Amino acid sequence: MTGPTAPALPAARTRLRVRGTVPAGGLPLGVRLGAGFLALVVLAAVLAPLIAPYPPDAIDLDASLAGTGHAHWLGTDASGQDLLSRVLHGARTSLVAPLLLLALAALLGVTLGTLAAWRGGWVDTLVSRLTDVMYAFPGLLFVVLIIAVFGAGMTTSVLALALAYAPTIAKYTRSVALAERTKPYVDAYRVQGMGGARICAFHLVPNLSRAVVGYLVVLFGEALMSLATLSYLGFGAQPPSSDWGLMVQEGQAAVVQGAPLPALVPGTAIAAVVVAFNIVGVWAADRLGSRR
Amino acid sequence: MTAHGPVAGPEAAGGAPPVLTVDALSKTYPLPGGGRLTAADAIGFTVPRGGSLGIVGESGSGKTTVARMLVGLVRPDAGTVTVDGRARPARPARGRAARLARAREIQMVFQDPYVSLDPRLTGRQCLLTALRLHGASGAAAEEKAERLLGQVGLGSREGAARPHALSGGQRQRLAIARALAVEPRVLVLDEAVAALDVSIQAQILQLLGEVRRETGVALVFVSHDLAVVRHITEATLVMRRGTVVEQGPTRSVLAAPVTPYTRALLAAVPRPGWDPAAALRAAAPDTP
Amino acid sequence: MTDTHGHRPAAGAQPAAGARMPSARAEQPGAEPAPAGSAAAEPEAAARGASGGAEPLLDIVGLGLELPGAARPLLADVSLRVRPGEVVGLVGESGSGKSTTAKAALALFPDGARPTGEVRVAGTDVLALRGEALRAHRARTVAMVHQDPRAALNPVRRVGDFLTERLALAGFAGNRAAVRGRAVELLAEVGLPDPARRLRQRPHELSGGMLQRVVIAGALAVGPRLLLADEATSALDVTTQAEILDLLRTVRREHGTGLLFITHDLQLAAAYCDRVLVMYAGRLVEHRPAEALFTDPRHPYTRGLLECSPTLDEAAAGVRPIPGRPPSLADAFPGCPFTARCPGAEPECERWQPRPVPLPGDGMAACRRLAEYEPDGAESGGADAGTDARGAAAGAEGVERAGADPSPGPVAVSAPARRDAAPGPVSGTTEGGAG
Repeated sequence: MTGPTAPALPAARTRLRVRGTVPAGGLPLGVRLGAGFLALVVLAAVLAPLIAPYPPDAIDLDASLAGTGHAHWLGTDASGQDLLSRVLHGARTSLVAPLLLLALAALLGVTLGTLAAWRGGWVDTLVSRLTDVMYAFPGLLFVVLIIAVFGAGMTTSVLALALAYAPTIAKYTRSVALAERTKPYVDAYRVQGMGGARICAFHLVPNLSRAVVGYLVVLFGEALMSLATLSYLGFGAQPPSSDWGLMVQEGQAAVVQGAPLPALVPGTAIAAVVVAFNIVGVWAADRLGSRR
Repeated sequence: MTAHGPVAGPEAAGGAPPVLTVDALSKTYPLPGGGRLTAADAIGFTVPRGGSLGIVGESGSGKTTVARMLVGLVRPDAGTVTVDGRARPARPARGRAARLARAREIQMVFQDPYVSLDPRLTGRQCLLTALRLHGASGAAAEEKAERLLGQVGLGSREGAARPHALSGGQRQRLAIARALAVEPRVLVLDEAVAALDVSIQAQILQLLGEVRRETGVALVFVSHDLAVVRHITEATLVMRRGTVVEQGPTRSVLAAPVTPYTRALLAAVPRPGWDPAAALRAAAPDTP
Repeated sequence: MTDTHGHRPAAGAQPAAGARMPSARAEQPGAEPAPAGSAAAEPEAAARGASGGAEPLLDIVGLGLELPGAARPLLADVSLRVRPGEVVGLVGESGSGKSTTAKAALALFPDGARPTGEVRVAGTDVLALRGEALRAHRARTVAMVHQDPRAALNPVRRVGDFLTERLALAGFAGNRAAVRGRAVELLAEVGLPDPARRLRQRPHELSGGMLQRVVIAGALAVGPRLLLADEATSALDVTTQAEILDLLRTVRREHGTGLLFITHDLQLAAAYCDRVLVMYAGRLVEHRPAEALFTDPRHPYTRGLLECSPTLDEAAAGVRPIPGRPPSLADAFPGCPFTARCPGAEPECERWQPRPVPLPGDGMAACRRLAEYEPDGAESGGADAGTDARGAAAGAEGVERAGADPSPGPVAVSAPARRDAAPGPVSGTTEGGAG
């Protein structure tokens, strides 16, 4: 850069840093709140049978659509089921299912993406075309088609969404793997006489993991939303599950009757977890990326 | 202690067969607008056992292409590379045994030690990976890794550190140790000291001199820096646009260059009393 | 590929600082006065008064830079001066603070760093500039040329756009044809053949050497008084490097710009510059006329740098490495930072606060044992006009302290030591100290 093309930049940066003061622990406030909230949610999901005031499927028609009160902190739905208990129990499927989905999608996507980047040539062309086709096809429609063939249910939803997510991950992995494989340390392994499969599995992919995990973390919120959407549409979790998406769908009718809680409580849970995960995830991804 | 001087092994002299023979090595690349770029055109040289050859040239001269063809990272269009009388196949080796045998012939040290080491592995793990790949195991491998670390002047603290915690010189020492782990007969160094601070560069040159004396490995030293080449090689090859313009004992190439190009290169090296304008006049093609 | 065509300086037009040197080397090392054009010989006190004709373009006095979290200051007590038409070399290994020092001329400091001391460019106190005045200063008075010209040029814009932008920044008024004409002139001035066609080209169509010429043309567009070249030739091939160096020398001659030439290559700096300053761990360790550095380096670090740089000189001994590694920001030093790597270090060095000790003739070195190498250094330094009074005082104190050490210094050369007499006993001592 000739001369001062970036005037006043350092000053601005200093000011920014002063304003966004980092507390003693080194974590920004938002990340602390987000991480604390997520920890609470995970704890609640694990301890749901112990801390939930009622069983999630305990029907009490007398208390139908009760508002907040001592008996039911977050009110009840049309069947008189305690919303707090249902949300706590629902946290289990709502958190575990997206994780399973991402694990499956990552296995598929990372394998395909690395293969394409390493082999190049026709393998790369094939994988790229495949992912392009998947990209052009609306993801939800693809999932609904699969469910139409194999029947609704949580397992099918997770499998179908994993297939839908894999191309995105493959495309991303391919791009980072292409950059990584040109690094001389990969050449050094080849000069040492190491085989391609071994270099990829033991050295290339582990070095991509920071970037890929960072990406997956951001995808988690999306996966949770997608599963909730499927449940809401009736393709995913089936009654009497307490999946949050399903709960929103079930609570919808009550909104018309002037009782917003049955839809609002699970909906808020979804939104809060997604937002918290994104805040923590983006921060963690940045940290992972810069720790080299 | 100096890194300079003829430190070739006793076999280097006389009629002993060379450890590395390169014959008519050629490589062209297609150009975007059609036509082909000649990166290397019929390059040929030999390196005696324990000897040291410098390949000198400016950017675009094809010296790095030659280095990468030697180790098999680039497949030559034509020509052969022979180590200890055995020709290396041009195609990449398929089987594991063939790959490992190839690796034990020629090893390489790369230019930038900041990217030529696996960022995840500590110094010791880096060496163990290479040693285990080549059949060492258990305590023997550990012991050999320790010995290699010592040989290149790294302590156990450096051995336990990942590359990002090491300085440039320490990383390059580790890269040399990694290449030596395989016990190659020829070590190719591609601008291996170019990215280092001067004081560190001198340490690495000294280390390479020691390594040669101790192991008898032959060096192919690729560099743009004539002064560095003078200190570490006995023979020099000057490349320009893919061809060899001058070749001979380093001393005579640098003291009495025959071709105008070599003279121009030498004139452009700063020294006491140096004047860039005069250097350019010397480089002008019309000047004899 | 190099671009050897074009740009032929008129043969013999250059008096060439180097041309004198063979004779200087043969008989009287460094006996020549400071190079013509530099006002090194005149009393610096007058120069600082800002009234003299040779007012320094860049005058850094006692610059220090503290960074929170670093174990040592980034810069400590850095003083340097560049006069019109002068080429001053700033040499050091990575982390020595040479680039940080140069950027101080633009008042560009790392985040959170607190500068102390004084930075004046053409008489203006740069550290006091704010807002529009600072922007104007950065845009017009000083121009910087970096190592990688590709990073300085927007890859998707044409060379002409880059120059037009620079001209607008400099407040160049005129219609499009006038701007274009000026841009062509600039490219012709930096020796690019067929300048009109270059205006339409994009960076990827030009070689590294040509791009560096474009960047220099962009720097000249604003008519700067001071040019900072930060490793401007380090990424280039040797022949291209010679072309760019020659161009910079021409620019200096024709525009009277001062040039601060930053490099890690001591050989290059000593061959090319008028004066050279050597930095280590954020401090200046030696400041000398360039030719004196080759023949008579004083600071052990400078000597070490020369001995470890490979040369083409047949007579030269092999490279002799400096042990250890260049210090990082995590290394703190209670005393002289070079102690750990110094062949002549003594226990006292670890507590000795480095300060410039003036040398006879011109220059200084910050070494505690300098007085032993030349016991009357302070005296003749004080008598010599070319030395900063403050430095002399500090130096005298340093010498006094050092003199108190019961070390067997060699017999002094007679008091009014001339430079030509110095090298013999000095180098003798040096070897003794190193052994």
